[in-house]
This record gives sequence, structure tokens and C-alpha cells, in this order.
Amino acid sequence: MKPTSRRAGGWLRVFGIPVVIGVLSLAGLLSALLLDEAGRVFSWFAVGLPAAIAAWVFASGKL
Amino acid sequence: MCLTGLPLIFHHEIDAALGYAPKPEAHQLGAQKLSIEAIGRAALADHPGSVLQYLAWDKDEPASVTAFTNTAVDGAPDNAVVKSFDAYTGRPLGLVGVGPMLIVLKLHTDVFLGQPGKLFMGAMGLLFMLAIVSGVVLYWPFTRRLNFATIRAEKSRRIVWLDWHNLLGVITVVWALVVGGTGVINTLAEVMLNQWKSTELAAMVAPYAGRPAPSHLASLDAVVGNAMKAAPGMDVSFIAFPGTPFTSSHHFAAFMRGDTTLTARVVKPVLLDGENASVAAAGELPLYLKALLVSQPLHFGDYGGMPLKIIWALLDGLTIVVLGSGLYLWWVRRKKTRRVARPAAPVLRLTS
Repeated sequence: MKPTSRRAGGWLRVFGIPVVIGVLSLAGLLSALLLDEAGRVFSWFAVGLPAAIAAWVFASGKL
Repeated sequence: MCLTGLPLIFHHEIDAALGYAPKPEAHQLGAQKLSIEAIGRAALADHPGSVLQYLAWDKDEPASVTAFTNTAVDGAPDNAVVKSFDAYTGRPLGLVGVGPMLIVLKLHTDVFLGQPGKLFMGAMGLLFMLAIVSGVVLYWPFTRRLNFATIRAEKSRRIVWLDWHNLLGVITVVWALVVGGTGVINTLAEVMLNQWKSTELAAMVAPYAGRPAPSHLASLDAVVGNAMKAAPGMDVSFIAFPGTPFTSSHHFAAFMRGDTTLTARVVKPVLLDGENASVAAAGELPLYLKALLVSQPLHFGDYGGMPLKIIWALLDGLTIVVLGSGLYLWWVRRKKTRRVARPAAPVLRLTS
């Protein structure tokens, strides 16, 4: 991960990725409820994304 | 709440592993199920002197029926005996929902204090959500000069934990708000049920107002049969006996489920005369009860198979880390401001 950059970013840089993750989470939480089998599989990826990101950041920090 | 919730995600599996989940016996193909009346009799024979409150059918366990018996139809929920019976033989298969997980559940929902305990936990849930929102607000000043997911591993321990706190907090925020919010809604279940009883249910049974409790109960098979006729294509989720919290003093209530993930949860009530099982009214639950029923799976995470349960546990774990690191950061900060007059303490450095 790139450390500190001098330039202060706008809203999009700070909240852009979190908003995408949040929207995916919400879509996944609802898809398993509303769309049965296909929605279920989608939810595993969409809701599981934060856990995957955490694992990835943790692993890349150890390398 | 995060700690007690963690094992509850897997309560089904844990109950089964500890031997607290009754399993139906194997039956030959083409074996005949007992009449529902016979199951009811078997449940009462198993607990002489008590009355039936509910009979419930689990979608995933068609070979068994769960019977709730109690000292009275309006007996305290904690006095209810919940037992599973074989749908083919009527043999008792064992108690449901007892064992260590019940203690965990009580700690998670009402800390053994009943409804006041539930409302207390609901208030805690609201504070939890408030803390999350304040965390999102603070995320901006702390990370606006950093790229997403920056962990400044070369800095002090406090900074490293701050970065992890910010990252884990912001990626789990939607999940945590949903689980927190639906948990708060769940603490109001009893309040909502009472509201429904005193308004919509009362209106549905208005023609029967003032009628005494049934002197004899209609055949349970007629109750279930008529309910299924009144709600074509649906299955019975559970029936509530007259006088229980889920119905009027004169009526059976059959709660019908559909076969999709959603319609299986958002049940429809059919009210039947307690003495002759004729359909008195059928309808939909009001929006607030539908919201409650939809919010339950979103809190439990039990609606997307084992993978979703595991993800639920992982995100719960991350939330625990966020809470723990938040506590640590607050504590370190407090210590620092207290020592502000003294020379700066040596900064702890993380050695990689």
C-alpha cells in the first residue's frame, strides 16, 4: 500500500472505495434474501469482500 | 454483544454437535405421517397437566413437529417446554433450544431480565450504531491525506492500530449498521406483537368480541386443512392456540409461509374459530411486523447457507477488533493528555 501522499484528496479519494464496498455489502445482504440461489452466491462475494480486503492488507503488510 | 453473538451464528451446528438438536428417526419410503391431532395428543401425554401453546413445522425438518407446552396458554415464555416430536410415530425426540446455547442467547438478548433487559440491549444497540456513525465522521480527518488501506507500519504502535481501526471500521460499516439496526428492531418484537394484537388483530376478530374462550378445541387437522385452503400454495409455519400471545382468546392463528427465502419469513396469518375451525379472517401482517420478520435473517445471517454464516463470523471478528482497537486508542490518548505536563514518554516503535 502506498503510504502518505502530500496532496490532500477530495471526498472521492477518501470515501470512494468505502462507498463502493458499502453498496456491494448492501446489495449482497439483500440479494440472498430476494433472489434465492443466484443471490446467495453473489452475497458470499459481496458481503465477504471486507473480510477478503482485511486478509489481503494483512498479508501484504507481512511480505 | 459481538462476543455472545459470535457463537450464536452457529447455534444450529453447535446444538447439533452437543446433542441438543433432536433428530427425527429414519422412516421407510411411503410411511404415513400421524394426524396432527395425534401429535398434539402425544405432546400433551408427554407433559400431563400442561396445555399446548404452539405447534411448529420446520421447513428443513419435515419429519418432525415442534410442540410448545406451558402451564397455561398465556404462561410465561420462560416456562414453555419446547419439544420435538416424530411426525410419523409421535414419539418425543427431545427438547429444543436447551443447553449452553440458551444461556448465550439470554446473555445476548435480555441478560436474563425479560423485556426490560431487551430494551436495555436495544438501547446499547442504538449506542453502537451511533458510535459507528461518529467513526465514519472521524474517518475523514484521519485519512484524508492517506490512500485507502494505508497501514503506516513504520510508525508507532498507536498509529498502526489507528490505521487498522480506520480500515476495518470503514469496510465493515454497512454490515455493522445493518446487523446493529436489525438487532435493535428485534428487541421491539414483543412491543410490535402487542401493538398488532390491540389494533389489527382486534379488528379482524371484532365480530367475535366478547366470546369466551372455546369450551372445546376444534380438530387440529381441520385447523391446518382449512388454513391451507385459505392460503393456497402456502405451507403452515406454526399454529398458535387460542389465548396465546399470537392470537385472540377465541381463535387459532395459523401462520402461513411461502417457498422463497423471503415469503418463507414473511408469514401470513389465518385466523380460525377455536371451536369449529372455520376461517374467520385471513390477511397480511402490517408493515412493521413484516419489517421485523425481514430484519431477523439480516441480524442472524442464517439465510445464505454456511458460507454466509462463516462470513458473518469473520465480519463479527473484524468488528470486535474495531471495538477493541477503538478502546485502546481512546485509552492511549487519555494517558497522553494526562501526562501532557511531563516530558514526552518514549515512543514505542514496532519492530518488523
